This record gives sequence, structure tokens and C-alpha cells, in this order.
Amino acid sequence: MGRFIIRRLIGMVGVLFAISVLTFLIFEAIPNGDPALRIGGRLATQAEIAQIRQEYGFNKPIYVQYVRTMEKIFDGTVTSYTQGFNVDQEIRRALPATLSLAIGAGIIWLFFGIVFGVVTAITAGKTLDRLLTVLALIGVSCPVFFLGALVLYYFGFEWGIIPLGGYVPITQNPAEWFTHLIAPWLVLSVLFIGIYSRVLRSTILDTQGEDFVRTARAKGLSERQILMRHVLRNSLLPVLALWGLDFAQVIGGGAILTETVFNLHGVGQLAASSIERLDIPPVLVIVMITAFAVVIISALIDVLYALLDPRIRLA
Amino acid sequence: MSIDAGTKSIGSEFSGEIPPELRGGEGDVPPGIGPYELAWRRLRRNRVALAFGGLFLLMVVLCLLAPVYAHDIAHTTPAAENITGTVKVGGKNEYIVSLIGIPIGPTWHSHYFLGADANGRDVAVRLLYGGRNSLQIGFVATFITMIMATILGIAAGYFRGLTDGVISRGLDVIWAFPAVLLGVALGVTLAVSGIDIGPIKISGNSLFVPAFIVGFVTIPYVAKPIRAQVLQMRDREFVDVARQQGLSHARIMFGEILPNVASTIIVFIPLILANAILLEAALSFLGAGVQPPNPSWGTMISDGVAEIPAAIHLTLVPGIMLVLTVLGINVFGDGVRDALDPKAKVRV
Repeated sequence: MGRFIIRRLIGMVGVLFAISVLTFLIFEAIPNGDPALRIGGRLATQAEIAQIRQEYGFNKPIYVQYVRTMEKIFDGTVTSYTQGFNVDQEIRRALPATLSLAIGAGIIWLFFGIVFGVVTAITAGKTLDRLLTVLALIGVSCPVFFLGALVLYYFGFEWGIIPLGGYVPITQNPAEWFTHLIAPWLVLSVLFIGIYSRVLRSTILDTQGEDFVRTARAKGLSERQILMRHVLRNSLLPVLALWGLDFAQVIGGGAILTETVFNLHGVGQLAASSIERLDIPPVLVIVMITAFAVVIISALIDVLYALLDPRIRLA
Repeated sequence: MSIDAGTKSIGSEFSGEIPPELRGGEGDVPPGIGPYELAWRRLRRNRVALAFGGLFLLMVVLCLLAPVYAHDIAHTTPAAENITGTVKVGGKNEYIVSLIGIPIGPTWHSHYFLGADANGRDVAVRLLYGGRNSLQIGFVATFITMIMATILGIAAGYFRGLTDGVISRGLDVIWAFPAVLLGVALGVTLAVSGIDIGPIKISGNSLFVPAFIVGFVTIPYVAKPIRAQVLQMRDREFVDVARQQGLSHARIMFGEILPNVASTIIVFIPLILANAILLEAALSFLGAGVQPPNPSWGTMISDGVAEIPAAIHLTLVPGIMLVLTVLGINVFGDGVRDALDPKAKVRV
């Protein structure tokens, strides 16, 4: 087990290193993308630009630049090329909105995903199953930005039930915080509820065919006991694993579309606006945070699975 | 020699065709019916899936007919602007774009059937042309994903060891990126620079750039399950037999293993196609996908959202078209998956 964890850790570090290099290179590959010109602005003289190059080290070889950027990221002193703000502070400022969105939506989609998954599995093949399946497929087929725009238009503009986007910190006004977030929570959840209920439905149906379920039934347990104690316990694991990964993605700016449509000023929106300005440092930091979260959570899930299923360790 | 002939007839041809000796007689269902024939019979009985598959086909045909519609019915082009003109609706002339800049809604006539956009362009015409772009990107991206994922997944599962390590970690790298974030980052930079890898040169505003990006970021979603399946399969007897016969690695991988993971690959195609069309729309919505003046459903929704609340039809029209198309693929794909599932309880 120890060796398995160590192997997984080494792989994790390698993946994180590769991700940071890849992100750095994606933006370095832009032609005319000299960051010194962007930092200097339109009115900078040649001498000033040369000085900026010297100061930031843009005249150094690319691997030196990479190492220096990484040092700054881990120091927390990295600054934006175009806006001049400290990236760490800016991300901290954006984080409450993103966390509020992620936690609220995460609870909603996990709860309804499980409820719909169990209901469709129990009623498999019946009318209710068909109905919920169609609903789930519609949910999976709806782009978040389209759904969000419609919700804002009808519920916000036409009927005036919800505010027209924006974010209010919970410390400032909890009621406003809730009314501003209820629509983004639900819109972001729709897609995930669709996916999770489908995944859970098929894993429950698969598990019900296993030998241990037949044994439980032979022991005389009620269907309800079999479902709660044996089937659900085994079927929930993949859903929870999926939830961990999706949650990590949303925290790391994966909800970029929801945040943009509802104007939440979260991490995703910060990433989107930085990418538009070809501003490398904020994007690099956000991508690395997300990647960290995803890689660590998926490694945890692997270890968890290995603990529960000895066959994986031997592979 | 006889063993060789035996393995060949069962597993070496990658096609839906059933070998003659396994094919059933006329009318009745024989015990030796092939898996794809069985799946096809199950699918044919699933009316809902077929209906939605038909819906998707209808969308594809409509979009292919875009030039015909533009030329013979709407008498305009997707780029033709008309800000000052008028159009006859119910016997009286109305401004295409009103004096305060609000475009006309659906007229339900041949001209401006679904209304106009802020530049006085015909929404219905742009919808069909945009659909061509969205679908084209979807198909090309799906093709890229499936080919790459199949090759990488089979190679990783078959060779294991170092090859698997390199491929799997590479997939992890793509996977750990949030797909939209990676797509937007690639989209913005490639829209400036284009793609220039050796012999492949693509300019920045080409449709192949978003297709390449969308295809690239979804590779792990298919490659990982294929790898897992091959990993289990490579110790099975038929692979051992093939190896003892001295078949080359390439022939074992693509002649013996590929036909056995083919059903997984087929199940993924509709999923990936739906996902690719949605991801393209998302990238275009954020300005990192299809570049103007090319229309696509994503860019049209993006333009439409900018006109909310004055002209909601500019968001509704492309959005509904997009949802219907993707829904068609998803429901049909669901039916295909059920049909190919060997454990399915549906009677033939």
C-alpha cells in the first residue's frame, strides 16, 4: 500500500510539472506576444521597454523565465502583466464568490443527482423512469450559458423574481447573497444532475445483478434493506468520485461560463478576462490551482479505491 | 492453419458484417446471431431513439440545405446587412431594424422568417449557415478524438509499462485542465497564431482551429476507458493465441483487440459528438471559438445575449436549435448504448 501511494505521489508531481510547463508554453507561443510591450503600455519608449525586459527577465532564455515565474508563484509575489495587480490578492478576492457558487451548487447537484438516480433505477423501464430520463437528457443537452441567459431574462428582467446577476458577499447581506446565488446554483446544477442520475442509475442496475445482492435477498432482507445497505453503498462510490473531481474543477474556475453569464466576479471570470488580455500570470496561477485540486483529489480517489479493492494495487 | 482460420473469422475483421456461418436464416432468430445484428434489431424496436435520431438527421439536412434556403427562399446571404430597409409584414411595411436599434422579431414569412439581428441580417439564414459550421466542427472534432483516443488507449493498455506510463500521465495532464479553460486558452492563442506543426499549416480564423481544440481536450474521456478495457483483455486467451502465432503487435492491437473494444468506441461516438458541439458553442460564446465573420450557434447566442432584453429571439433561436440537435444525438446515443449492452433485458 505504501509503495502504491508513493508511486501515485511521484506521478502527481510529474503531472503538475507538465501542466505548468504546458500552460507557460501555450502563451509563450503567441507571436507578437512580447509581454514587455503590454506591461509598458502604448506610450512606453524603447528605453522603458528595454528596462521592463531587464526587470522581468524577458530577455533571458525561456527556461530561466519559467523558473523565475514559478518562484514568484510560490512566493505569492507574482503580478499581472497588463493590470499590475498582485495575482494572489486578486484570486483571494474572487474566491468567496466561486466558493459560494461551488458549495451551494455542489450540494444541490449531488442531492438531486442521487435522488433522481435512485428513483430511475427503482422504476427502471416504467413511465417515471422514462420521464426523468428524458428530463436528464434535456439537462445534459442544455448549454449553461443559454440556460443562464434565459433564466436571467425571464426570471430577472420579465418577472423580476431574481436580481440581474452580480454577487453580494455573505458577510455583507446573507439574504441578498442567497437571492443572487440561487439562479446560478440551479443553472450550474442542471447539467451535473443529468450526468449523475444517469451514472448512478446504471451502476445501481449493474450492482443489482451481483452475487452478493442475490445472497442478501436469499437471507431474506427486504428490498429496502438491500438497496440501502448493499446496493447503494457500492454504487455511490463512483458518483462520489465524480463529485470530487467536478467540485475541484468548479472551484478552480471550471464554472467559467456560469460566472460569466451571471457576472459573479469569481475565479472563472478572472481567468476568462485574463485570457482575453493574454495576461499569462493570473491564468497560469488559476490553471495550476485547479490542476492541483483535480490531481490531488483524483489521487485520493485512487488510494481510496485501492484501499477498498485490493485488485487495483496489484495492477 | 485451422486455428488461424478460426480466430480470423471471429475477431479479425473490424466491421459490422456477420460472418456467413454465424448469420441467421430467413425470418426466425437463430442462436448464432452476431452482436451487431442483435444490437441493430434492439435499436430498431426503440421508437423514441429512432425518432430523435431522425430529428438530428433532419437538422443536418436542413443545415446542408442552407445555400438553397438562402438563395431560393430568403433571397439573401448570411452576411448581407440591411439596417435601413423595410419588410412587408401582414400588408404593411415595417423597419427591419427599428429607429432605436431594435431588430424585428420573427415574421413567419419567407423574408426574415425568424427575424433579423442587430445588423439587419436574416437570422434563419445565419442559423442554417452557423449550423453547418457547428456541425462540421463537431464531426471533425469527434473524428480527431476517436482516432487519437483509440490509438492511445489501445497502445497504453496493450504495451503497459513505460508506454502506458507516458500516455497515461499525458492524458492526466489534459484531464487535470478544466476543459473550457484549456479550450479558451488554446483558442485565444491559436486564433492569433494559427496552427503550424511541420506540414500542417492552418490559419487562425479557420474552422479547423476550434475543431482541433475541441477534439484535443476530450481525448482522455475516451482513451481512459478504452485503456482500462484493453488492460483487462490483453491477458485473455485469444490474445495469447495470436501472440503464439507470431502476429505482429500492430496486428494483435488492431486486428484482435480493436474489434473487441469496438462497441465501447461506438457508444462513445454520439456522446463525444454532443459534447463537441456544446464545447464549440461554449468556446465561441467566450470569443475563443469560431471567429467572425463566420457564424456558428455559439457566436449567434453570444451576439444574442448582448441584445437582451431588446431582442430575446436572437438568443432563443440559435439556442433552441442547438439544444434540439444535441438532444437528438443524446437520446439516439442512449438508445445505441442500450442496444449494444449485452446485459440488456430487451427481447430481440
